[in-house]
Amino acid sequence: MSLLEIKNLHVEVEDKKILNGLNLTIEKGQVAAIMGPNGSGKSTLSYVLAGKDAYNITEGDILLDGESILELAPDERAAKGIFLAFQYPVEVPGVATMTFLRTALNAQRKLRGEGEYSTPDFIKLVRETSAKLGVSQEHLRRAVNVGFSGGEKKRNEILQMAILQPRLAILDETDSGLDIDALKTVSEGVNRLRSPERSMIVITHYQRLLNYIVPDVVHVMSKGRVVKSGGKELALELEAKGYAQYTDEAA
Amino acid sequence: MNAEVRAIKTPAEQALTSAFEAARAALPGKGGVAALRDEAFKRFDAKGLPHRRVEEWKYTDLRALMRDALPLAAPPDAAAKAKAKDAGKIFGNLACRRLVFVDGAFVTELSDLTPEPGLTIGSMADALAKGDPLVASHVGKVFETDDAAVALNTALMGDGAVVHVAAGTVVERPIHLVFASGETPSAAFIRSLIVVGKGAQAIIAESHENNVSQVNCALEMVIGDGAHVDYYKATQTRGLHVASLLLTVGAKALFNTFALNSDASLVRNQSFVRFAGEDSTGGLRGVNLLRGKDHVDTTMLIEHAAGHCSSREQFKSVLDDQSHNVFQGKIVVKPHAQKTDTKMMTRALLLSDEAEADNKPELEIFADDVVCGHGATAGALDPNLKFYLMSRGIDDKQAEALLIQAFIGETIEEVAHEDFCDALMTAALSWLETRA
Repeated sequence: MSLLEIKNLHVEVEDKKILNGLNLTIEKGQVAAIMGPNGSGKSTLSYVLAGKDAYNITEGDILLDGESILELAPDERAAKGIFLAFQYPVEVPGVATMTFLRTALNAQRKLRGEGEYSTPDFIKLVRETSAKLGVSQEHLRRAVNVGFSGGEKKRNEILQMAILQPRLAILDETDSGLDIDALKTVSEGVNRLRSPERSMIVITHYQRLLNYIVPDVVHVMSKGRVVKSGGKELALELEAKGYAQYTDEAA
Repeated sequence: MNAEVRAIKTPAEQALTSAFEAARAALPGKGGVAALRDEAFKRFDAKGLPHRRVEEWKYTDLRALMRDALPLAAPPDAAAKAKAKDAGKIFGNLACRRLVFVDGAFVTELSDLTPEPGLTIGSMADALAKGDPLVASHVGKVFETDDAAVALNTALMGDGAVVHVAAGTVVERPIHLVFASGETPSAAFIRSLIVVGKGAQAIIAESHENNVSQVNCALEMVIGDGAHVDYYKATQTRGLHVASLLLTVGAKALFNTFALNSDASLVRNQSFVRFAGEDSTGGLRGVNLLRGKDHVDTTMLIEHAAGHCSSREQFKSVLDDQSHNVFQGKIVVKPHAQKTDTKMMTRALLLSDEAEADNKPELEIFADDVVCGHGATAGALDPNLKFYLMSRGIDDKQAEALLIQAFIGETIEEVAHEDFCDALMTAALSWLETRA
């Protein structure tokens, strides 16, 4: 069974149609890139998968392990293994990063019927994981993302992903706002998490990121649906020719 | 015609007049004190209970809210005293010197009166009756105001604490004024005086709880030159609570106040603060946690009468259900108070569409070389923050609790005394935990 199946998904925001009969299947362990021009609905797809409200699903379904997740709240989806690395991670003043990570991890474990992490085990886990991603102890002591640079915020997203160990990670424009060094660090962090048990949806506008996170498949989105799928060479073709052919096709 | 138009007396006002007339002869203090009472009552009687057309009381119409005036409290019985043993739990884990008051009366047998050099503790009723010179020279004089609630307190003041910290004395152990009540709903007019001498240091805590009574308490405080005072007040009451802080600060002094109101039905916390000497620093902070039909009003007048002082005011409120929070902060900078530096911030977090928050910061600046700022916000929890937390597996209620905790934590964490900071945070968290 596929890990994720999106069937004929239609989504509206404030009466504006954003997703328009989108079909997409993600296999277990697969890294799928989703590319497409601005406004094609890539970020909407990521929010809809994570369960943000304000999106009105008028038709279609999203199946995880063959079961619909449309009725599940964001926290329940997280416990089932869905993780969204935000394009613009929000700052949460007053909530310490360590408290946040611990609350999140234990809440997910509780929902899954697993035991809570002990304090020493948790601290060890965070210390080891953050060291690999170059997230300093100083950052862990601060409030979540407050005063972090763009690159630090993105690294913090990958740190959360590494700690929460999702089965389906959605990386929404993780490359935006990153310089080349930060891009390498973040990509290495993501690549370390590749496993046959974990699928990833890598949403990006540019091919650049895919040099570092090499996808198994590439899907092209335009006007709220997937208009072409192929191997990693499809990304290079897009880089060379641009999106015009797809926007015209879909028109 | 310039005679003051005076509405017909309400039943509560009539009851207060009879109470004063009946109690007048028996109230502690003769001579000057009796004259002070008469004069104060006359002032109260001319104005009546404060109401919405009195600007300072605009959002807390006491005349409308106070349907009746309860009878003055009788001296506490054994049962009331027994109940008071456990009172003041909020600061219970701190090694404080407890001074216990039941229905406003000082209960010496429940209080810690261990002598300490430089520290004098007594009962206000005794001090008034004996004509104590410290009381005679301060009561009614620390910050003169024509506020009606203060006038009523002065007219009917019964008991309270009198604390004197001699110059240069550092009182290590916090002094906790524990205000408890018996089972019988009654009215208490509590008056306290705290004088902290030059270069002295003290920590004062005050708690009011489980009270179905009507409490009008006034605390006059004098902070001497170079003195350092921290003052914490926690109010949890189902009755009516009107509290006035009248404070004068000397030069090069340092003070911080913090007020926590949680599960408080009807509270008016008013502060009158005067910076009378140069180079002093003061912080006034507070957190109000409201639900049901709770109504909490924080009103303050900060007068910078001397230059080179700085003050920080930061108040946060969390409002659920149909509750109502009021913040009125007025900062007055006198003409010669140059280099005054003030910053006032008030923020309300509305958890319900039916809650109401009124924020009214005011500045009156008569000096030309000052830095004064103020800000006020009222809003709901940010749905984007909540979604972010939930997307990590944190459920709806816990996500809200974390965000509320962060909101009030910012203010509570300003409390430098670690034990008090913890105690206040614990009390706030227990309120959050009982949130439906």
